[in-house]
Amino acid sequence: MSTAVARRSSLPGFGLTMGLTLTWLSVIILIPLAGLFLKTFELSPAQFWEILTSRRTLNALKISFGLSFAAACVNLVMGTIIVWALVRYRFPGRRLFDAIVDIPFALPTAVAGVALTQLFATKGWLGAPLAELGIKVAFTPIGIFIAMVFIGIPFVVRTVQPVLIDLDPEIEEAAASLGANRWHTVFRVILPSLIPALLTGFALAFARAVGEYGSVIFIAGNLPNVSEIAPLLIVIRLSEFRYADATAIAVIMLLASFLIILVVNRLQRWAQARIPVH
Amino acid sequence: MIRRILPLVAGLLWASSAFAADYTLLNVSYDPTRELYADFNKAFAAAYQKETGKSVEIKQSHGGSGSQARSVIDGLQADVVTLALAYDIDAIAAKGLVAPDWQKRLSLNASPYTSTIVFLVRKGNPKAIKDWDDLIKPGVQVITPNPKTSGGARWNYLAAWGFAEKKFGSADKAKKFVGDLFKNVPVLDTGARGSTVTFVERGVGDVLLAWENEAFLAQREFGKDKFEIVAPPLSILAEPPVAVVDKVADKKGTRPVAEAYLKYWYTKEGQEIAARNSYRPRDSEIAKEYEKSFAKVELFTIDDVFGGWTKAQKDHFGEGGIFDQIYKN
Amino acid sequence: MPTQSSFVTPATPMRAYASTADLAISPPSHREASDRARAVASPKDLRTEPAPVRFVIIALAVTFLTVFVVLPLVVVFASAFSKGISAYFSALAEPEALSAIRLTLLVAAISVALNLVFGVIAAWAIAKFEFRGKTFLITLIDLPFSVSPVISGLVFVLLFGAQGYWGTWLQANNIHILFAVPGITLATIFVTFPFVARSLIPLMQEQGTQEEEAAISLGASGLQTFFRVTLPNIKWGLLYGVLLCNARAMGEFGAVSVVSGHIRGETNTMPLLVEILYNEYQFVASFAIASLLAMLALITLVVKTVLEQRLDEGQTPRDDPRDH
Repeated sequence: MSTAVARRSSLPGFGLTMGLTLTWLSVIILIPLAGLFLKTFELSPAQFWEILTSRRTLNALKISFGLSFAAACVNLVMGTIIVWALVRYRFPGRRLFDAIVDIPFALPTAVAGVALTQLFATKGWLGAPLAELGIKVAFTPIGIFIAMVFIGIPFVVRTVQPVLIDLDPEIEEAAASLGANRWHTVFRVILPSLIPALLTGFALAFARAVGEYGSVIFIAGNLPNVSEIAPLLIVIRLSEFRYADATAIAVIMLLASFLIILVVNRLQRWAQARIPVH
Repeated sequence: MIRRILPLVAGLLWASSAFAADYTLLNVSYDPTRELYADFNKAFAAAYQKETGKSVEIKQSHGGSGSQARSVIDGLQADVVTLALAYDIDAIAAKGLVAPDWQKRLSLNASPYTSTIVFLVRKGNPKAIKDWDDLIKPGVQVITPNPKTSGGARWNYLAAWGFAEKKFGSADKAKKFVGDLFKNVPVLDTGARGSTVTFVERGVGDVLLAWENEAFLAQREFGKDKFEIVAPPLSILAEPPVAVVDKVADKKGTRPVAEAYLKYWYTKEGQEIAARNSYRPRDSEIAKEYEKSFAKVELFTIDDVFGGWTKAQKDHFGEGGIFDQIYKN
Repeated sequence: MPTQSSFVTPATPMRAYASTADLAISPPSHREASDRARAVASPKDLRTEPAPVRFVIIALAVTFLTVFVVLPLVVVFASAFSKGISAYFSALAEPEALSAIRLTLLVAAISVALNLVFGVIAAWAIAKFEFRGKTFLITLIDLPFSVSPVISGLVFVLLFGAQGYWGTWLQANNIHILFAVPGITLATIFVTFPFVARSLIPLMQEQGTQEEEAAISLGASGLQTFFRVTLPNIKWGLLYGVLLCNARAMGEFGAVSVVSGHIRGETNTMPLLVEILYNEYQFVASFAIASLLAMLALITLVVKTVLEQRLDEGQTPRDDPRDH
């Protein structure tokens, strides 16, 4: 290892590139985020607490985090099913469906927002039949949930897919030859080895949904305490010239993002630590 | 196909600066005035060119009145602001961008056109909504934007309050009435236009509380066979004010043209444009000419009932004000 | 045989967006092929499910993707062309639409160019050298992936707004950042910050430093080494990062919405115009702009698929010796 380090250091440009990297990172990311934190220090802890525990803020956070969690759960299940179908089976259009998994990632959020709204409004292609069944999607929390499911699906699929592909076939064969039935093999052998990837995908989908704005605001009812997401509340507080409120909510969400990233990193280390098992 | 795409490409390559005018004004306005100012800007630019030989281009920015005021305070370089209510311009004045006496600089409270709040209902008025107290009936869904961000929504709220206070005789009862009304509101958009889209296009709600001009516009766009306008017997006189943003206009050297722009509202042509776009004109002659376009509604003013905007804002929409109390309960 | 190497060292930058940190994502195609060969080879394979189960899983997957992904896309184009082709094109030829397209292209060009340069620099520093705190640095670079776009806009309002930290000074010196192109560009750079660097770091780490060291020892300068040795090795990965960076830059809505000021014909980008036209009852025009953005997304996906194949091809010979 020490020789590797020594060899690496023989390349030029470390000081320069690292300096530029840190400068650029500071200008674009760190200073602006520091400004956000600094702004909240203008509040006393009591004020900060009062903003966060006000009914409307709490509800917005609950809606954002709660629905994101629910959407990430659906993504987890459906994502696994999609990955399974794409990796293990062959069916007409498989490659096409594999490619379109990325659409929610590539499609601008505003476009997704108007499209989903059009689709699920009471006069829409899907909204009309659902309305017949008495289910209203657009402008209700269900609409928010749908938008979150939409944007989250690629994250689960794309984190789990390579792991399932790489899974050692011998494990399954061994399990089967030892007399385990297929059901047993899948749930006791395969799925456990996918857990780190599944959790990572879940966390990424969750993180994305919590912060999502563009695709949600069109389809959400934006009714305080019912269908108002936290990012929208930030925008509304900003419009009302209540910077303190906006920044307080933003800081909490930012801390949540940090936390999720840390969890994801942990998960990945866990995933790597498990490798010798294979 | 090629013939259709070519002009597109040509237009893209043609930098917009090629048409640079002698003056460029930025008018920061509220939501439902898009069509009004599209019309007015064209007329003013032509009139100004004819009179002074100088060309002027007017850029527009629209949004919820409160959000727009916030943007101007945050540095949006507006030469003129044409907002939904005086309080939002007062907020800009409080930051020193507009002189405190701005409302006295133009006649009629610096509100060259007025409007009122009416109800837009679905064809045949299935819920039989005729007056304000029909709005609090169970099962009636009322669409209005968020009073915190939208000027129109504040007029809606105050109109309802004014009605209730007159009918039930006390502020407490008015508060209960408005509280009941907001219990019937399923969606709170940030701007008046968002609410109209919710009601008209998304098919949510039984009645839209709307600016009179916005209700007429929706009817024009989507057909009289789909929506009806119901004018309540009593409503509020909404006075959307206009002002030059002194600090910006002076810095950019656009004050003369900005002032001429606002004064143009007070000409016959300006008043005619307002009336054509379903805003109530101030000029008595034009008003008479368009009399039939507007329903007869008894109108009370904000000064009569609420003692002016500053007080109304503080009592009702400020931090911990009555609107906050309604939404906490 | 799946090997440890393909797991530990991230093989390709594929799906860079999903990998917030060191998650290893290996190229699917060549292994997948052998996988399938195995699955298809013997019908009694122990590694598959009974036909009805297979059918249900495929049906679920296809239905879900159709409802949630394909239909929204179809709606965009159906709505855009609902009043015919000429309505579609005249909507796009509106001065406001053209100005939004121009602004979007301009902002994306600046943001992508800057993120390209700094992404390469950051990847060089991180991938070619060992230092303490590397993981932490990568986490910071990843941060914009999980920050809400609204917050990405808000931070610049707090800095550059007239009431913000530097607002007074900026106003006094007549420098306009917020509600103008610089602010929109800054917010876009913020949200697209990680794409290029995160696409390159795993690739450059895997390629190691031997080739560069050889070049240096033969007397090449640092820049020469980079352009003659490193760049050819990472060009597909770089393109990949630029592609994703560009897609996000052109499509960003939340962050840009907060800093734009919505001046018509001046500070409205295409995604913002989609919203504005939508709120103006101009649904055809709104969906026409949206369809351009949707087309951008589709093109991005196609190019991405091609690039992934290139990356796989570049990968295979490199992987093989280690496999044995």
